Amino acid sequence: MLKKMSVLLLTGAVAMTMAGCGGGGNDSATAGSGGGSGDGSITMGFSQVGAESGWRTANTKSVQESAKTAGIELKFSDAQQKQENQIKAIRSYIQQKVDVIAFSPVVESGWDTVLKEAQNAKIPVILTDRAVDSKDTTLYKTFLGSDFVEEGKKAGQWLVEEYKDSTEPVNIVELQGTTGSAPANDRKAGFAEVIGADAKFKIVASQTGDFTRAKGKEVMEAFLKSNPDIDVLYAHNDDMGLGAIEAIEGAGKVPGKDIKIITVDAVKDGMQALADGKINFIVECSPLLGPQLMDLAKKVVAGEQVPARVVTEETTFTQEQAKEALPTRQY
Amino acid sequence: MTAPTGRPPMSGADPAEPAEPGTGADPSVTVARSGPSEAAPETAATASTGTSAPAAAARPGRRAGLAAVTGHRLLWPGVVLALLLLANVLFTPGFLSIEMKDGHLYGSLVDIARFGAPLILVAVGMTLVIATGGIDLSVGSVVAISGALSCLWISGLDDQQDVGGVLVAVGLALGLSLVLGLWNGFLVAGFGIQPIIATLILMVAGRGLAQLITDGQIITINSSPYKLIGGGYWLTLPFGIIVVAAVLAITAFLTRRLALGLLIESVGGNATASRLAGIRSRGLIITVYAFCALCAGIAGLMISSNVSSADGNNAGLWIELDAILAVVIGGTSLVGGRFSLGGTVLGALIIQTLTTTIYSVGIPPETTLLFKALVVTVVCLLQSPAFREKVFHRRGRRPGASPASADPKVKVPA
Repeated sequence: MLKKMSVLLLTGAVAMTMAGCGGGGNDSATAGSGGGSGDGSITMGFSQVGAESGWRTANTKSVQESAKTAGIELKFSDAQQKQENQIKAIRSYIQQKVDVIAFSPVVESGWDTVLKEAQNAKIPVILTDRAVDSKDTTLYKTFLGSDFVEEGKKAGQWLVEEYKDSTEPVNIVELQGTTGSAPANDRKAGFAEVIGADAKFKIVASQTGDFTRAKGKEVMEAFLKSNPDIDVLYAHNDDMGLGAIEAIEGAGKVPGKDIKIITVDAVKDGMQALADGKINFIVECSPLLGPQLMDLAKKVVAGEQVPARVVTEETTFTQEQAKEALPTRQY
Repeated sequence: MTAPTGRPPMSGADPAEPAEPGTGADPSVTVARSGPSEAAPETAATASTGTSAPAAAARPGRRAGLAAVTGHRLLWPGVVLALLLLANVLFTPGFLSIEMKDGHLYGSLVDIARFGAPLILVAVGMTLVIATGGIDLSVGSVVAISGALSCLWISGLDDQQDVGGVLVAVGLALGLSLVLGLWNGFLVAGFGIQPIIATLILMVAGRGLAQLITDGQIITINSSPYKLIGGGYWLTLPFGIIVVAAVLAITAFLTRRLALGLLIESVGGNATASRLAGIRSRGLIITVYAFCALCAGIAGLMISSNVSSADGNNAGLWIELDAILAVVIGGTSLVGGRFSLGGTVLGALIIQTLTTTIYSVGIPPETTLLFKALVVTVVCLLQSPAFREKVFHRRGRRPGASPASADPKVKVPA
């Protein structure tokens, strides 16, 4: 009997604390509509994909650190690449009545139900880095992330500029990302669109390297044998490019000179290779979207209108720029 | 006796058996005894598991005929490999040429052997495990762990070019691989857990362990002694190929010149009968799993060394399926009880050649998997005597192996 009562009491206490939390949150939401600046009372639930790469780790760190600076209380969970974990995390954020939910969807589809629940609970949702394919775009406030097509275009533009005085045909090989993934599809499309304007650019071979170094090297080895005359390599990320560099060196050619190399991402190893002259050009795909995310969160909680699509602030690097940027590179 | 068809041990001893040609039970006896050049020890193996030597001897005529058919067991994978190479030559005329470049051999064939080396290693270990009737799903994780640990150790060295430090890293990685293999072996042999479940544990947990070691990052190193293992050359040959040759030679010696292979096959053929015959199956099974993990560990060193980095997420991903496929293509039965090292090597080379073919011929990535599946299906159909009989209208002879057991399982990794 005593036990039962203590359990009851405990549940009550927990419920009260939770209500307190939620109440505070709601208050801040309404009060925030005036100022909105970090009075320390915004709570954000963030569900990360996992920790699969250095890029992702930098992304996590950026979100955590900028939440601290912005005075936003962050509830963080790692989904370990599983959608069901992410859905669970989002449901628990809804129960905890956080002010805003942000997450990087593991996959594109299957989010309608849980997003509807968030909408019913009047909790705004921000997507980061990856999109969802829900037809109903009112389910989330905004999508903050890189524009992969734009990244492909930037890569293509550099190439067009580099060869603008040349009339000879330029043979390009392409290392694609994981087949069917959004970055692979879009980086390929953006690149093809830009170079398609000039007939001298020819993609002589294009294969998937699964975004990994080992595959990048293996595929490049085969390319080098089946296509004796390669001028340019376009890799959808740094890692595949780094693997390909080894293959090119193994074939007795000089990466960056005999074969010009363009990659996307700008992780530290890639930047190092760029500074060493082995890569010619890197299009940045920045994981450091924390500050932008916190700004958006404050606006959304304050009830301000935000654009439905916000592109991460990104740049490109040449070899000289890489040398300058390298010492202060965070990831 | 509950032995299923294809598991000959006791039923073969029944004197009534030889009178019925082509019952499900005896064909695998004949298959086992007719492995090219491995015939002698295998005959001994089948005898020791309690299969009737007299039963087989009672039909010398059939035996000779079946030997001819099963002599084809390695022939068909060989034909497929040759066809794949030929297809490449049509698309890339210089495909078979090998030249000297920077003091080492250079060419597509060298690439196939070099990139195929880790798969061959893993598949050889897998062959022995499968020969005992088990399976090891954890090899991919062991590959990742071994590469991660050695790269972590080397990245912490003051001088990454220090040969001593690299040897310590290699020793640590292989030591840990061995421990992981012993763990698998103990779960299977010590506690009687189903091999597929016992090794599934490490398959899942191992990736986590690898990521724990690398802290979720890709560890990049710059160590030329370590680079030698998977990406370097020795006496103009890729060092990886030399390692594979050495491991193969040792394995072949241990299993085919000594009694070890015979004991492994007898445990796989019938564990109970082996135990009753005085074979310590428990120790044998543990040894086999440890050996398999050790092979995977070496493969992990090669894969990480080849790109001078350790990727806990992707290193050796799905290599267990490719290895099982290689073993099956090579004619080793998943039921256990017999194995062919030569067939496994051939199987691994087919898989690697197929991958290289896809890159050089330029098959679009979207259709790559379908193309692979088609080729693998063709290999497996050619391997199936029943299929050959139907297609080539062979008469009067019953199939030498039971295709039903191999075909559906092969489709999974494809």
